[in-house]
Amino acid sequence: MRASQGLTSLVAAGLGLIGTAFAADPQPAAKAEPKAVKIGIVTFLSGAAAGPFGVPARNGAEVLVEGLNGGKLPAPYAKAGLGGAPITLVFIDEAGSTSKQVSEYRDLVQRQNVDLVIGYVSSGNCLAVAPVAEELKKLTVLFDCGTPRIFEDASYQYVFRTSSHATMDSVGAALYVMEHKPSTKKIAGINQNYAWGQDSWNDFEAAMKALKPSVEITTSQMPKLLAGQYGAEISALLGSNPDVIHSSLWGGDLEAFVLQATPRGAFKKSTVVLTTGETAMFRLAIPDGTIIGARGPHGVFAPDNELNRWFRTAYQDRFGVPPSYASYHMAQAIFGVKAAYEKAQGSATNPPTQEQIATALQGLTFQAPSGTVRMAIGKGHQAITETAYGTIKAVKGKATLVNVKRYPAEAVNPPEGVKSQDWIKSSLKRPGS
Amino acid sequence: MGQILAVALDGIIYSSWLFLIALGLTLIYGVMKILNMAHGSLYALGAYAAASLVGRWVAGGHAPLGSYAMLLLAAVLVGLLVGPLIERGVLKFMYGREEIVLVLVTYALFLMLEDAIKLIWGVDPYFVSEPYGLLGSFDFAGLTYPVYSAALIFVSLAVGGALAWWLGRTRRGKMLLAVIHDREVSAALGINVRRVYLVTFTVGTMLAAIGGALTAPTVSVVPGMGVEVIVLAFAVVVIGGLGSFAGAALGALIVGIVRSGAVHYFPEVELFSIYVVMAVVLLLRPRGLFSRPEPRRI
Repeated sequence: MRASQGLTSLVAAGLGLIGTAFAADPQPAAKAEPKAVKIGIVTFLSGAAAGPFGVPARNGAEVLVEGLNGGKLPAPYAKAGLGGAPITLVFIDEAGSTSKQVSEYRDLVQRQNVDLVIGYVSSGNCLAVAPVAEELKKLTVLFDCGTPRIFEDASYQYVFRTSSHATMDSVGAALYVMEHKPSTKKIAGINQNYAWGQDSWNDFEAAMKALKPSVEITTSQMPKLLAGQYGAEISALLGSNPDVIHSSLWGGDLEAFVLQATPRGAFKKSTVVLTTGETAMFRLAIPDGTIIGARGPHGVFAPDNELNRWFRTAYQDRFGVPPSYASYHMAQAIFGVKAAYEKAQGSATNPPTQEQIATALQGLTFQAPSGTVRMAIGKGHQAITETAYGTIKAVKGKATLVNVKRYPAEAVNPPEGVKSQDWIKSSLKRPGS
Repeated sequence: MGQILAVALDGIIYSSWLFLIALGLTLIYGVMKILNMAHGSLYALGAYAAASLVGRWVAGGHAPLGSYAMLLLAAVLVGLLVGPLIERGVLKFMYGREEIVLVLVTYALFLMLEDAIKLIWGVDPYFVSEPYGLLGSFDFAGLTYPVYSAALIFVSLAVGGALAWWLGRTRRGKMLLAVIHDREVSAALGINVRRVYLVTFTVGTMLAAIGGALTAPTVSVVPGMGVEVIVLAFAVVVIGGLGSFAGAALGALIVGIVRSGAVHYFPEVELFSIYVVMAVVLLLRPRGLFSRPEPRRI
């Protein structure tokens, strides 16, 4: 018996170690210049989310802050830095456990004395950090995480999110499906078994049922995050003969699913909706007819405005690839902060206080490369934007989008004070109906 | 009926994949009593090496069938370069210490290898899907399967068979079995245990790398891909009994079929189906299905 306990504890110790595998160290801090505004940026620099989200977001922040510090941006952001003060960035790796992120956050605020924090791809980290930000009274802008619960279940003074939450992605996908495949009778899903995947599927399912109550669910596959092998799941999807397959898989999981499902005919047999498909569309051949989104009007969906042209060109010149939606989410957060900071500062020369910036950001409408952002819900702390979906069509081997459809912010986001699920069930309608 | 057949085939394909990965882990534990935490990184190294080699092969415009040779070459290269490097460079100095110390040592190796992979290949994904689609597909139970997946079953059987033959029929293999059975007596009989360790670790590394190389065409090769794999491989070898080859085969088969059944019939419990099996097996047989009684040493 002792031997078996020893063995079990050996394995347990091993697995415990693996659990902390990606608890990587923070990046070295940038040296603060006098009077500079120090911003802590938290995003994945290692682990599976680094490639598709973390690194494009960091790159977006670098390019944009360089441009801002050099005063190179078009109006209304032509003033250098934040109200003339240069910006310095401190990067922290988001990989590792939620409790590690809370410690990292405290370290950023209390030891590194950052003026504000922009960060978090993971919904779990957003939920954990928000109350700590409130406790430490530090302005914190969530830039990418999706869960609607942050401002639906609590209210904050110092915490904001400058991108729309995940409900928009699922509702937009459902509206697009009903518009372009109105005969859809049976739907299925494959989503990761954690907050993001579950919320995405629940919202999509509810939205489809609201739009067409007779819709039938054939199967909802919930593989583990980072599973990588989807053979059995694809068999179950194929065997259930759905008209539409919904998936919010991201990163390597999304790419592995596309690689494994394509030769098995899943993309021919059903219309597949990939709500984060934009991050992969130039990396691998997503079959024609696949519906993809970018969690907002980002990347290929971004409007042709002066800010977007500047951002896209600067990013492409520096990194050799176009920015993806994570880069746009980051840019949106930085522009939101800049707009609020300068509004709070007004004609004064002193830097505004945390409270002044927070008050200015509350309910603010500002411009970003993805168009107009309105801090309209969550008591003025949660952004809404329009969104867009399109269908993949390869032209001369290069992925392009056809049937791009844009949905105004009000059509895909709940109104102020209403929870997402309640809104979908009670009032979601097809536009024009 | 069709669905049951699909469950079986999906399960067997998944089992073959698991078996390839678990084999190296159980071999190294059986011979060296090292629970190799770096196994997942060796798997990832195999995948990255395969991505690079196949990528170059395809870009060079060579015969597409040669890409399969590149997959194997990648695994052999990783085995021959990294295996001896780790064994001679690190593990050699650690023998004779407690098992838990070696867990920490291989965990350190795992962290270093993960960072080394990022240094060499960066964080962007690599794709080498050419070998995956090359063999075409076939229909079974009303579903389409790539031939590549079915071929994995044969590769897995062949690798398992070759190892069984080598252990049971060759002199070196028998020496290795003797070391598994009793290290001190083997050494007293004149077997060069250190050399056996070197060979074992190299072969174990190669097996991990074969698993990675053969997986590379079906996935996006990304940082951290080995982490999930090591957890699964642990589950398989613990169910089968650490150090047992037949145990690894049976463990892989059980896990594969149970998971596939869960996906088809109860997708909501798929996440922990494997761990339920593991818990039940460990309740009934705390040292795994194919464990030997531990001799008491005085």
